[in-house]
Amino acid sequence: MPVNAHGNAQGPMSMRLLSSTGSKLTVFGLLALALMVPLTHALLPASSPFYASAYTMGLVGKYLCYALLALSVDLIWGFCGILSLGHGAFFALGGYAMGMHLMRQIGERGVYGNANLPDFMVFLDWKELPWYWYGFDNFGFAMLMVAAVPGLLAFVFGWLTFRSRVTGVYLSIISQAMTFAMLLAFFRNDMGFGGNNGLTDFKELLGYNLQSDGTRAGLVAASAMALLGGYLLCRFIVASKFGRVLVAIRDAESRTRFLGYRVEMYKLVVFVVSAMLAGIAGALFVPQVGIINPGEFSPANSIEIVIWVAVGGRGYLHGAILGAFAVNYTKTYFTGALPEAWLFILGGMFIAVTLFMPKGIVGTVPDVLKWRPKRKPAQPLAAHPVPGE
Amino acid sequence: MLVGKQDFRDGDTILYLDGVSVSFDGFKALNSLSFYAKAGELRAIIGPNGAGKTTMMDVVTGKTRPDEGAVVYKDSIDLTRMDEAHIANLGIGRKFQKPTVFESHTAYHNLELALAGDRKPLSALFFKPRGEELDRIDEVLEIISLTEQRDRPAGELSHGQKQWLEIGMLLMQSPELLLVDEPAAGMTDAETEQTAILLKEIAKDHSVVVVEHDMEFVRALDTRVTVLHEGSVLAEGSLDNVQNDERVIEVYLGR
Repeated sequence: MPVNAHGNAQGPMSMRLLSSTGSKLTVFGLLALALMVPLTHALLPASSPFYASAYTMGLVGKYLCYALLALSVDLIWGFCGILSLGHGAFFALGGYAMGMHLMRQIGERGVYGNANLPDFMVFLDWKELPWYWYGFDNFGFAMLMVAAVPGLLAFVFGWLTFRSRVTGVYLSIISQAMTFAMLLAFFRNDMGFGGNNGLTDFKELLGYNLQSDGTRAGLVAASAMALLGGYLLCRFIVASKFGRVLVAIRDAESRTRFLGYRVEMYKLVVFVVSAMLAGIAGALFVPQVGIINPGEFSPANSIEIVIWVAVGGRGYLHGAILGAFAVNYTKTYFTGALPEAWLFILGGMFIAVTLFMPKGIVGTVPDVLKWRPKRKPAQPLAAHPVPGE
Repeated sequence: MLVGKQDFRDGDTILYLDGVSVSFDGFKALNSLSFYAKAGELRAIIGPNGAGKTTMMDVVTGKTRPDEGAVVYKDSIDLTRMDEAHIANLGIGRKFQKPTVFESHTAYHNLELALAGDRKPLSALFFKPRGEELDRIDEVLEIISLTEQRDRPAGELSHGQKQWLEIGMLLMQSPELLLVDEPAAGMTDAETEQTAILLKEIAKDHSVVVVEHDMEFVRALDTRVTVLHEGSVLAEGSLDNVQNDERVIEVYLGR
């Protein structure tokens, strides 16, 4: 079985916060990304092979947000067995909360020059701001909503389903229905979120021009730091006794109940935390891509997240991050090179991983590395003692 | 040897079932079953397949709601309206027929999860075992002979070791009433014998109800036996008594 969630030869201490190689690599990798991408962009000449162009920065920023989203899914799926096929809804809600703040920042610079109403409301001939837009001109309030709104939806959804003991494939289907319902609702113009077109034409965030390279570099760094924070939080959760109860629920739910644990409360807590992380990912995503529309609620998006986690390796946390980067890089490449083939490649990847690498990339690679020396027992490297072993 | 002693007053009933009926799609799994166990008692329940032994355990632990009848714990607590977690926290522990341990957790962590204490999510998040709790876990590991397997994932243990680990988890829970479903199933003779010794040891300071098929095992327990048949009690008494009962012979041998 995989290393982190499942215990391994190193004993129970492998559950400690930063014990595994994978977790250390993740932390240093993210710190390096947060520093190097903006720095190489600012300091190196465009001709240098290490120069991060605005295009590269945009991609890295997007992938970082996707990785945080994948992390949130791995927390509930990998460690508690809750397969949510609607996590895109929480991502989109966080994105809409950020989008609403950015819309309010436009002010008079909109096409219609109306300081009180966003363009799409003027276009729909609305006279005043709906009450649920109040407060979004305040950055702090908007940031609170980024986590609170997805958290609230997750709380209501989780309260209803976990208490009724809806599990397995039924829960997956209901979560899928939830995001589909949100999709339909946000398509409606009278919802007041821009309907079909969503929210776009953003100008600035906290006074920084969103089109400038400096702001973009800052957003990439912020995304990397958010992912790092989310990763450390998830590590803390799964390394605690709370995390061990989650794994117990995943493996033997009714046994956990007979031990006296309120399974529904544990699921609810971790589901809400996960939804909030997804919301934060969405909020960082929107200023970098410049738009949020109901398409983000589409069920296909949510399924894709699950594929990222499965490809990277479920139940490791850093596997989800790696999976999000790997699948999305492949997507970027193939949607450019062979656009018609992309969906077949995605489906093929999922099937291949399920059949040949059920533990995903991070679960399989160490096995392969371990397996090789056995075939060639005479390893010259073994003559040198490895420090620390 | 065992910690977690309770003060048992003589004559107290710890568990009392009165006229309990459960039916699944018209099949009466329990048919107006009445049964009681005294505090501190070790009771064996036997009966052919489909006699309702496991359903009875399900009813007591809150997994199944009875259609009618009363299930009373410690003379006054009605269990029929509570869920599993609530009943577990009242001090009723259950061991399943198939060994159900958390396979990806180590033996140590299995016991830690069972450790009596606060079950709220937030306290679990910041949980650190105290010195006496660590001692207790080591003590139980010793009792169930798994000290050397402390840090091995439970999934790697043998069948018998899993059974013991589960019994160890029940000891950690330190329940006042322990329901044990076929503890000797699939065990070697030596393991069966050791399990009987273990259960008798536990019964010294816990009330224990054991459901079992294996007559040798029941004999080794050397205790009062209740025979279930078609969802109600057929006979009760010492093993020799019930084995000589005409009706019991008929049910078991199909005469």
